[in-house]
Amino acid sequence: MGWVNAIIQGILTGGLYALFACGLSLMFGVMKVVNLAHGDLAVVAGYVAIGVITVTHVPVLWSFLIVVPVMAVFGYVLQRTLIQGALDRGTLTTLIVTFGLSVVIENALLQFFTANSRAIGTNLALVRGSFKIGSQIQIGYLLVVIFAAAVVVLLGLQYFLSSSNYGRMIRAVADDQEAAQLSGVNYRHVFGIAAAVAFGTVALAGVAYGMYSQLDPTTGTDTILLFAFAAVVIGGLGSLWGTLLGGVVLGVAQQIGAQINISDEVLAGYIVFLAVLVLRPQGLTSRRSQS
Amino acid sequence: MSVVTETPARSPEQLRVTRSRRNVAWTGLGALVVVVVFALLPYIVYSGTTSILVQGFIVLTLASMWNLLAGYAGLVSVGQQVFVGLGAYFVLILAIHGTSPFAGLPVAAIGCAVAALPLWWLVSRLRSGYFAIATWVLAATVMLIIEKFSSIGGGTGMPLPGLSGLSSTLLTAYTYWAALAVTVLTLGGIYLLLRGRLGLVLTAVRDDEVAARSSGARVGLARVLVFVVAGAGCGAAGAVLAISQLQVQPSAVFSVQWTAEMAFATIIGGLGTIEGPIIGTIVYMVLQQTLASYNAWYLIILGVVAIAIALWSRRGLWGWVDEHLHVRLFPVGYWLWPQDDAGRRRWGRSRSS
Amino acid sequence: MTDALLEVRDLEVHHGQLRALQGVSLTVRPGEVYAIIGANGAGKSTLLRTIAGLHKPTTGSVWLDGTDVTRVRTDRRAARGIVMVPEGRRLFGSLSVEENLKVGASYARNGPWTIERVYELFGWMRERRGQRTAQLSGGEQQSVAIGRALVANPRVLLLDELSLGLAPVVVQRIYGMLPQILATGLTVLLVEQDVSQALRVASRVQCLLEGRTTLEGQPGDLTPDRVEAAYFGLGHDPGSEDSDSGGGDGGQPVPSAGLPLAGDGADAEGEG
Repeated sequence: MGWVNAIIQGILTGGLYALFACGLSLMFGVMKVVNLAHGDLAVVAGYVAIGVITVTHVPVLWSFLIVVPVMAVFGYVLQRTLIQGALDRGTLTTLIVTFGLSVVIENALLQFFTANSRAIGTNLALVRGSFKIGSQIQIGYLLVVIFAAAVVVLLGLQYFLSSSNYGRMIRAVADDQEAAQLSGVNYRHVFGIAAAVAFGTVALAGVAYGMYSQLDPTTGTDTILLFAFAAVVIGGLGSLWGTLLGGVVLGVAQQIGAQINISDEVLAGYIVFLAVLVLRPQGLTSRRSQS
Repeated sequence: MSVVTETPARSPEQLRVTRSRRNVAWTGLGALVVVVVFALLPYIVYSGTTSILVQGFIVLTLASMWNLLAGYAGLVSVGQQVFVGLGAYFVLILAIHGTSPFAGLPVAAIGCAVAALPLWWLVSRLRSGYFAIATWVLAATVMLIIEKFSSIGGGTGMPLPGLSGLSSTLLTAYTYWAALAVTVLTLGGIYLLLRGRLGLVLTAVRDDEVAARSSGARVGLARVLVFVVAGAGCGAAGAVLAISQLQVQPSAVFSVQWTAEMAFATIIGGLGTIEGPIIGTIVYMVLQQTLASYNAWYLIILGVVAIAIALWSRRGLWGWVDEHLHVRLFPVGYWLWPQDDAGRRRWGRSRSS
Repeated sequence: MTDALLEVRDLEVHHGQLRALQGVSLTVRPGEVYAIIGANGAGKSTLLRTIAGLHKPTTGSVWLDGTDVTRVRTDRRAARGIVMVPEGRRLFGSLSVEENLKVGASYARNGPWTIERVYELFGWMRERRGQRTAQLSGGEQQSVAIGRALVANPRVLLLDELSLGLAPVVVQRIYGMLPQILATGLTVLLVEQDVSQALRVASRVQCLLEGRTTLEGQPGDLTPDRVEAAYFGLGHDPGSEDSDSGGGDGGQPVPSAGLPLAGDGADAEGEG
């Protein structure tokens, strides 16, 4: 039935949402920054990819190789300048600055690119094709690839954090910033690295979304930021794999909602989010409760 | 021989504590004059001007609310648009059932205050950053729910009934006075609120939350109260919005742009002072009017300026004025006058607020 | 004092409006164990933290081996050789023992201390190196914290209140390691609540009271009376150096219950 298809779609979409969410989760876990411009940066990455492809005519998949590193560097710079400056002044300022950034980015995109939505178009079979299981279930290749990519990214992040020098320092700084300084670690630099990684994942997510769906100036907040946040909360704050679980739950909730009533897709997701917030605020993977 | 040197205990300085009421009388008089002048404007200026002023009043009300939340209670909400929308819809629903929208205005404010309670319960256990996004999600959720009801316009919205009997000039005037009344009431209400115990609690929390709690301040209660008041204020502004636009569209009244405008106006004017939103709104309106044809630019500029001020000049434009001219239009603080043993007032004083 | 490794000159440090340290100076020579004692709130930890770079002094300076490091950032100071074991251990809770050490070694100078050598110093550590530090006992955590500082190969090791929260036996054992640490060429500056412990291990001692120096000297030269008086601030003007007034200054009998000193409680009557 359509339900099975919907659930599978929902699960796979969870991978996309996990990609949205892991950068947000990382920045909060390490620097206690909730980057309200998170989604808009994904959209910027998408627009940059479109621009690069339009100007240089590189194959679509190559755009990742260009956009992700560029955004990572941009993330490092932004963190060391704007965000660190805001952090030094307090949580309030950080929220104001990232919110301001979000509004500025969205309106700048609106001003320079109009409100029209754009997509990263391609004729690749990988993107356009799909396969069928039985007669009822049709699954697009792209979504499967995105889900696989999300798993790979999460694995990579886990490996990075657990085994690499920088990963270790990131965890140390997140545990105790002062003690890390006493051990010779320049925490501002480490924050920058964490931001670079977060921005890199968000760029990946943005380009992927641009291929899967469409981008317009408000996608960053309407879709990406709010969904990423919902995935993080549902899955559990502070857990990387929790963002995948949260993404999957969100995706499935949305698809079930769509089955009931096509216009209730987004609403169903939010209702599940609110339910988790009320019933289990620490998220599905957390063992202890959030204070 | 045993010598014991003692450090003599210093006698506590005598301190006289007074409210900052030095210029309250003048401010009160001035405010009265200003309000009267504004009230007479519909007789003097064209309706185009009053429309702009109505917009200004809406933004001023919203900015004062955002200031109350963020500047005094430390709550950054990027979902206040939920109350703007709810206020508009309260008016719409009442108008559909025959009540005059103007009569619906106070109902909208009260209704939003009541609605604020379950909304607070949903998001209050999240900490600052996540609290902010959660309010945004709430706004999006409420909008989606309202859009399901075609009887109030569904996704496209509907015009506001109940005002067709009024002539155009009268309607403009009434709308203007309603907006003015809402603004005066909210500013006055905030002033009174902050001068009272709530203001003390909030300032204490702002300075040091743990200390405030341990000295008995009901911090949680203070925050709920602020959230409810802000909800009512934003709801009232939303009601005025509905009346001034003569229609209610979900995407317009629930737009996050309202939060952007109120946040930027507050920050530019000065977070944490009552006068700040006034200046910020003026700046906002000037920018918006001069750049009206370049739609997105005024928000871009506002945003950049707000970021710059948040980073480098935290107290905003009014903070600059306050620091250099020592003027307070809405004094809510206290003056401490240290006095020597003879009870004479010493020059130099410390101020808290 | 040209052979001073670490020098503090006339330090004044404020916490907001509160003055925590005033006019404090000290000189630590290579190979010394220099102890700072004083009651709670005397400013001991503030002094150490300022030397480590966590506080900026209002006036005064910190010198390492003849170079002014007052303006140097905390993490750079560690790389230069001033490494602190902070009060309360402050281990990285979500990291294992070995990972804690690895972080400590990330910007290490060249020198004799390696993670391996730390495992040799603390015999139990190698086996438990994969354990999360939150699961260790207080004494074990303190060892890991010291190890984390050692692998950075400091020139001056700052120890902030090692004994806090630890059983006396454990404290003894940890201080018992000092000779091995010193033997590798380190210099130690420590802050200690436990006065008798400090006097046992230190080659020089300074006592702080309300942010000022009340006493300085070698433990052998100081009588319990004088230390007690400097500690509590009775019978002396704060701020005077007390190296050669005759012993027994005639302070009032002080209930010494809170000040465990080496040897039995001395007769508190002053000499005439």
